[in-house]
Amino acid sequence: MIEIKHVSKTFNKGTINEKRALDDLNLQLNEGDFVTIIGGNGAGKSTMLNAIAGTFPVDCGQIIIDGNDITMQQEYTRAKYIGRVFQDPMKGTCAGMQIEENLALAKRRGQGRGLRWQMKPSERSFYREQLARLGLGLEERLSDKVGLLSGGQRQAVTLLMATLQKPKLLLLDEHTAALDPATASKVLSLTREIVEGSGLTSLMVTHNMRDAIAIGNRLIMMDRGHIIYDVSGEEKKQLTVDDLLHKFEEASGMEFANDRMMLSK
Amino acid sequence: MDISSLISSLLGGAAQGVLWGIMVLGVYITYKLLDIPDLTADGSFTLGGCVATVAILAGVDPILATLLGMVSGFLAGAVTGILHTVFEIPAILAGILTQIGLWSVNLRVMSGKANNPLLKADTIISFYKDKLDVSQSQAALIVGILFVLAVILVLYWFFGTEIGSALRATGDNEDMIRALGVNTGHTKLLALALSNGLIGLSGAMVAQMQKYADINMGRGAIVTGLAAIVIGEVLLGRVKNFGLKLFSAVAGSIVYFIIQALVLRMGMDPNDMKLLSALMVAIALAIPVAMRKYSIRKNYVKGDLYASEHAGENSVKQDGNGGRA
Repeated sequence: MIEIKHVSKTFNKGTINEKRALDDLNLQLNEGDFVTIIGGNGAGKSTMLNAIAGTFPVDCGQIIIDGNDITMQQEYTRAKYIGRVFQDPMKGTCAGMQIEENLALAKRRGQGRGLRWQMKPSERSFYREQLARLGLGLEERLSDKVGLLSGGQRQAVTLLMATLQKPKLLLLDEHTAALDPATASKVLSLTREIVEGSGLTSLMVTHNMRDAIAIGNRLIMMDRGHIIYDVSGEEKKQLTVDDLLHKFEEASGMEFANDRMMLSK
Repeated sequence: MDISSLISSLLGGAAQGVLWGIMVLGVYITYKLLDIPDLTADGSFTLGGCVATVAILAGVDPILATLLGMVSGFLAGAVTGILHTVFEIPAILAGILTQIGLWSVNLRVMSGKANNPLLKADTIISFYKDKLDVSQSQAALIVGILFVLAVILVLYWFFGTEIGSALRATGDNEDMIRALGVNTGHTKLLALALSNGLIGLSGAMVAQMQKYADINMGRGAIVTGLAAIVIGEVLLGRVKNFGLKLFSAVAGSIVYFIIQALVLRMGMDPNDMKLLSALMVAIALAIPVAMRKYSIRKNYVKGDLYASEHAGENSVKQDGNGGRA
């Protein structure tokens, strides 16, 4: 179980650019929750994911994963609990290293790294199996440099890497936003396969309202650094895009002024 | 032309190139794998030479003295690493600080003297020279090749291990490897320490070859290292295997010192060699940028580059009036 209690974060404190990006954020995730997150620009969606991942320290509150308080842990320490896929396909992989080397690095997430030789033949067949699941033919290209792959292929590999060592929590930060529509839907269906297949607890930020409704068992809407709407189960299945727009106006007292979101309606 | 003297200066150049090649391998770790041009090199090279010669003169076994030179370089690199990773001082400045500090340390090590001659003391190289009955250069070449091969083997192994792979990944994509649970501060610190350990080892060997350590022996070492790497890439840029890439750095070093031996033979002032090295590195780094800029200008077409594909297409005509009649 993952708990976020009273977390706030203010950037550029005491300057003209001061911004409270998270404001008394509270969230409780049950085992196996697949949560989609929507909200306008600057609502704090990515900031929440980065706070959980430990990209920056928060100002107050607690973040607890399975009873372990990770709030003040370093990013690399809490990495043992967390798998991540970023928006930028370049960010999740090492371009200059081989596909199998990338997978081998990810396989050791959260484990001690020592002076053992990293590439073992037994692991290689495991990686080949795993890559075959992606259906992209990458299982035949184990020793190709990742830099030779397209953005969509890299994102699929990153997704695999994030889940190779089963995480307690998977963070997906608009991981299909930088891809063309066909590739995006391919990566999205892979995401559902992997997340639902292994029952991973996941948080997925998206700008696409229909995806947000169709995917996962729970949906949260953020505004000004906290959660303004949280819906799950049957109620979520009945939602329409218009419902969401209406909810947003109701909760925030503003028009949903987000071009990207309107366009993806 | 005196062939035997030409051969002996080529041999001397090759021997220097091999021994300095160990330093080039150290520079390779920081510059090519982490993208940090580490200026500690100038100081840690000299430090290795000073420590080794002082130890030898104090009666320490030459092999142990050489290892002490390596350890001293390792520690110097760790200082730069701590300044950079713990205190977040930019890598270049951290290197400069350590390098400047080492200048005083090196003089202290040599008890205030600017150089420390080995005279008739036994060294690793003199050991082989006596044993195999060869010249000083030949002995240095043999010892150097043995050491370089050993270092390349160890590095090849190390960078294939879990820690070594994490270190390479740190240079490639720091955010990613941190998200995979690696403390990138540690990997960088380790890289800087290892790199300078090799540089110190190289300094210890070079001092034994030339039979003295000198406060200025490391001046410009980093530029020599970069020049050797650049030459190696020009010669063997196509190699993919990591071991061969390391080898190409050493090959670059050998070619660099042979060129130096030849131009010195042709009467060039040795003091101009640093200018030549700096120019070599600057030109090698400048050429790709200049070519890119040139090709942007050259390939620009004012008209419709794809006119043949667009011909006959039913496109909207623009009349400069926003499309309105």
